[in-house]
Amino acid sequence: MNVLSCRALRKVFRGNVVLHDLDLEVAEHEVVVLIGASGSGKSTLLRCVNLLETVDDGTIHLDGEHITSPGVNPDRVRQRIGMVFQAFNLFPHLTVLDNVTLAPRRVHRQPRRDAEAAAMRLLDRVGLADKAREYPDRLSGGQQQRVAIVRALANSPRLILLDEVTSALDPELVGEVLSLIRELRADGTTMLIATHEMSFAREVADRVCFLDQGRILEQGTPQQVLGAPQQPRTQQFLERIIAAGRLP
Amino acid sequence: MTTAYQPSQLQQERIAYRRRQTVLSAVVAAASTAVIGVLAAVAITGAPGWARVRRSFLDPAIALDALPDILHGLWLNVQLLFFCAIGALLVGLAIALLRTLRAPVFFPLRALAALYTYLLRGAPLLIVLYLLTFGVPGLRLKGTPPLLVLGGLALVIVYAAYLAEVFRAGIESVHPSQRAAARSLGLTYRQTMRHVVLPQAIRRVTPPMLNDLVALQKDVGLISLAGPIDAIRAAQIQTAETYNYTPYVVAGVLFVLLAIPLIAVTDWVTLRSARRQSAEAAL
Repeated sequence: MNVLSCRALRKVFRGNVVLHDLDLEVAEHEVVVLIGASGSGKSTLLRCVNLLETVDDGTIHLDGEHITSPGVNPDRVRQRIGMVFQAFNLFPHLTVLDNVTLAPRRVHRQPRRDAEAAAMRLLDRVGLADKAREYPDRLSGGQQQRVAIVRALANSPRLILLDEVTSALDPELVGEVLSLIRELRADGTTMLIATHEMSFAREVADRVCFLDQGRILEQGTPQQVLGAPQQPRTQQFLERIIAAGRLP
Repeated sequence: MTTAYQPSQLQQERIAYRRRQTVLSAVVAAASTAVIGVLAAVAITGAPGWARVRRSFLDPAIALDALPDILHGLWLNVQLLFFCAIGALLVGLAIALLRTLRAPVFFPLRALAALYTYLLRGAPLLIVLYLLTFGVPGLRLKGTPPLLVLGGLALVIVYAAYLAEVFRAGIESVHPSQRAAARSLGLTYRQTMRHVVLPQAIRRVTPPMLNDLVALQKDVGLISLAGPIDAIRAAQIQTAETYNYTPYVVAGVLFVLLAIPLIAVTDWVTLRSARRQSAEAAL
């Protein structure tokens, strides 16, 4: 059974159709990468999956459970989905450790000691244990984003959504975040990733989906979609990326 | 081996120039202050009625005589300030939270909260005070609280309206991405408010909040109009006995002295939060 299954999704913002009859499946341990121009609907799709936006038609199933049905408690759904944002969105008034343990303690009612021990293990894994007592503004962008990923992981989610997680980073800090995502992939974490990093998409994706005007225009292995795109719009998009020097 | 840093000729000239400028501006400031001070002193003490004004407003003997009663009254102001500040902060926060509820079920509460802030920010404090301290006892209901409590209540409900708007501004200033991050972790609306939005909001609005409390500490003196003997009422009684206004001046000075610590704290907090925000902006 697929972890995530979107059927005929539709999302409209003020008369503007952002998602158009969109179907997407993500299997367990699969890494699916969404590419496409700004405004193609990548972020909206991720926000819909996390129920941060309500869909205007279609269904989303998480582990076979229909999560877009009216009676579903969105808080319970979001506990099972981790999300990492472009701008990190760490809580500036909390230390790194409190950022990571907030959800385990308040949502999962773990005792502080257990939550902190688990958080320290995760922070240690990403090399940030020594920053546990710091506030986010004392960390570099790359460190903040790694904390944000750890914060999402602390809920032991079934699925992690990553929304342009390297777009706000200085170029020399992108690598440390990408290598963490590589490690997650090696652990078998199920991920749905929106990104502009084409070489990273090629390396980490099991499947690449090209979004255009709210539709998945083309999908397949990275070799197929990035190496030999069939659709003219995909070819155009990739040509522009190559021209910008973003895909070697 | 590197030699110790030695400022260049140009830099040394710059330093010397800046030093001269600093000395010059200090001299100018001192001189202009002295001139204005002398002019003001001459204008006041040289006025035809100065001798009479000094006798009826600045009589040291009467001041010393009035001081114990006024101090006694001031203690009432301090107590009143303490309880009214806590009450106004709590009620203000509750109103602000009601105004930010979005679910349709809460429409009546939201509307009432909005109406409350509109009415009580518009109504003069004096009139609210009279309505509560003269109007409510006039109903002759059993268990009507004492005047002091009613007067305090007037202060609380008026200041809560101002503070509610301060808190609401703070809540709305927290970026929506913070709520999105909290909700994406599975926190409920209430948990998000309690652990993510409010701590940031209150930190941000501490300066205007303290400013309202400074205003409250001064308006606490209005309770004298309803009868309780606070510092101002005590001064009024002394004035009526001596036909001399010095007791009012004493009460005024005491109020200022009382306010100075709170004002100093407000300035310090404002400065600190301005620094923190410029640090945030530099990121």
